[in-house]
Amino acid sequence: DGLLLFQQVPLVEIDGMKMVQTRAILSYIAGKYNLYGKDLKERALIDMYVEGISDLMQMILMFPFSPLDVKEKNLDSIKEMATNRYFPVFEKVLKQHGQDFLVGNKFSWADVQLIEAILAVEEKIPAVLSGFPQLQAFKTKMSNMPTIKKFLQPGSPRKPPPDDHYVETVLKVFKK
Amino acid sequence: MPGKPKLYYFDGRGKMESIRWLLAAAGVEFEEEFLETREQYEKLLQGGSLLFQQVPMVEIDGMRMVQTRAILSYIAAKYNLYGKDLKERALIDMYVGGTDDLMGFIMIFPFLSPEDKEKQRASIIQKATSRYFPAYEKVLKDHGQDFLVGNNFSWADVHLLEAILMVEEKKSDVLSDFPQLQKFKARMSNIHTIKKFLEPGSQRKPVPDDKYVETVRRVLRMYYDVKPN
Repeated sequence: DGLLLFQQVPLVEIDGMKMVQTRAILSYIAGKYNLYGKDLKERALIDMYVEGISDLMQMILMFPFSPLDVKEKNLDSIKEMATNRYFPVFEKVLKQHGQDFLVGNKFSWADVQLIEAILAVEEKIPAVLSGFPQLQAFKTKMSNMPTIKKFLQPGSPRKPPPDDHYVETVLKVFKK
Repeated sequence: MPGKPKLYYFDGRGKMESIRWLLAAAGVEFEEEFLETREQYEKLLQGGSLLFQQVPMVEIDGMRMVQTRAILSYIAAKYNLYGKDLKERALIDMYVGGTDDLMGFIMIFPFLSPEDKEKQRASIIQKATSRYFPAYEKVLKDHGQDFLVGNNFSWADVHLLEAILMVEEKKSDVLSDFPQLQKFKARMSNIHTIKKFLEPGSQRKPVPDDKYVETVRRVLRMYYDVKPN
């Protein structure tokens, strides 16, 4: 029907646009709802943090689709990247400025992305935050924000960890 | 007044090339430090310059920026190549996302085995001609303007030109069914800053060769066994 600009999903109909490209959609929402910092430099920080977290999330996204014989290795990679590359950065950011939020002492897209990633990694590696006290406190604070708290409750549009049925559906739809 | 932006990367295209293009198109002079040895990379790591231990890294306006998309967004906004409002930004982001995906297939190309290269070349051409180029052809045809978004030169135009030229390096007549893109290419190539960048002696990097692949593998100790995507 010509709805999918590059023949791909996600597709979000918003404000009269048919938006594709996850990053573009997220940036638009962040910009529209004031979750993108107060100026260009705060945007730059938010973008850097979000892109880093996104690289980690990409590993988790691909995980259910990886063949059985490399799943173990991929899980190790996720653990290694989370604990040695990504989490230490955000632990340090929070420790250094001592504020509740990653950027500009204000709730932003970067905070949402980070809490999502923390929870996604914990689903695979439950004790992953054990060396990260700042992130533990961050996780608690974020989880208690009213909108996020609501989203974390059963019955919200939040989706569960991908299962075999999800993988099957994706593969069937794209006929890969 | 801060100095020129300084780019830290290999002496080759990779993920830094789009940044070179955008700075050049915006008429911004920049410096480069090329990674040639493992020691240089480790020094950058130990110095704490690389937020996620990766390059590209660009020193700009007192920041050490990493993450290609973040760097490009910052440059685009700073030099007014990001549209006039949120909706134009959204369009630019969408279009750039597409050309980014397309160039991603080309980026891994030099790291593939000879047989995988053949498969990947075919895949690149197929995706370019059936998924990406038709989308941009239609955008230009529908509004009949010179630029992709808002009748104004933007990051999306620079990125598309870069992608077109890269695909043409794999198949020189790949634009034969895309008259709008042919005209777009000619117009963009004649923009003063871009014309300069396309001339020999500019900071534009050549098609990656074996030496480039060796350097990346040696410095990063990675990408020894890359599969087509």
